[in-house]
Amino acid sequence: MLPLLKAETVDKRGFLSEEELLNLYSIGQCTPGIIAINVATFIGYKQKGVWGAIFSTIGMILPSMFIIILIASVLKMYMHNRYIAYAFAGIRVCVIALIADIVYELWRKNIKTFIDVTIFVLAVLVLLFADISAVWVVIFAALTALFAEEIKRKRAK
Amino acid sequence: MTYLLLFVEFFKIGLFAIGGGLVTVPFLFDLSEKYTWFSAKELTDMIAVAESTPGPLGVNMAIYAGFGAGGILGAIIAVLGLVLPSVVIIIMVARLMDKYQCNTRVQVMLRGIRPSVLALILFAGLELARIAVVDVLAIVLFLSLVAAIRIWRKSPIFYLFVSAILGIVLQL
Repeated sequence: MLPLLKAETVDKRGFLSEEELLNLYSIGQCTPGIIAINVATFIGYKQKGVWGAIFSTIGMILPSMFIIILIASVLKMYMHNRYIAYAFAGIRVCVIALIADIVYELWRKNIKTFIDVTIFVLAVLVLLFADISAVWVVIFAALTALFAEEIKRKRAK
Repeated sequence: MTYLLLFVEFFKIGLFAIGGGLVTVPFLFDLSEKYTWFSAKELTDMIAVAESTPGPLGVNMAIYAGFGAGGILGAIIAVLGLVLPSVVIIIMVARLMDKYQCNTRVQVMLRGIRPSVLALILFAGLELARIAVVDVLAIVLFLSLVAAIRIWRKSPIFYLFVSAILGIVLQL
């Protein structure tokens, strides 16, 4: 993602410098939302204000729009075919394997401190015993982290 | 009415699905339980398609889900709902650019969200596994794939393609 962004916006168009792009990318990572969309919006806004932001975001979405709608329509037509059904049974197993891999990677990267482990365990407990939406799990996690940070700060004083 | 619901639900996902890649999966799994837009099985197919096409995964998933629920207009509305929080927040941040330095409180919260997102993806993955990994053959394929992914680290498309062929050959 980043190399492609640099090639288009820094090298080809000169919308911004490489340093600015890296800065934007890190801000894109520490704000809610999809990182690619955040960066596109940001660059568009810096060039042409709100309209620039809207147009660059639409530009980012449009290729996906065409490709996904095309694939989804074709799939709908052929899903009943025996061989396609077999292929997708295999593909579904692969999706689970990819998710397992991501879970392992996220564990390695994100579970480091005592607070991380606590939040993870709390989230697992909540998911096990309560029928609660993902949105609430995320909100509780954010508040728990904030609360833990406050306690740490008070103790440090 | 479906369109309004699509917009609201994807707006929530855009606001709360923080991080990259598969973070939208648990949120979409919630939708599969709450509405009749798509089943958990279709969600798994969606993930495969979104992983093997260009474009951000979250955006691809929103378009696929929106299209399934309400055709082309559904796709447009879902993706607009998804990106709206980003666009609004980023424009606000860009205005304060000079003062905005990844506020520490915000960072603490975003850091705290990550372990919960891990738990969410884990649980959604387990739910989806119950549908996809159903017999001994599938379990063997699953374990081999997990090992292969860890050893060779090729792009997801490669493994998805191989699995499709294996699915046909093994009549899974």
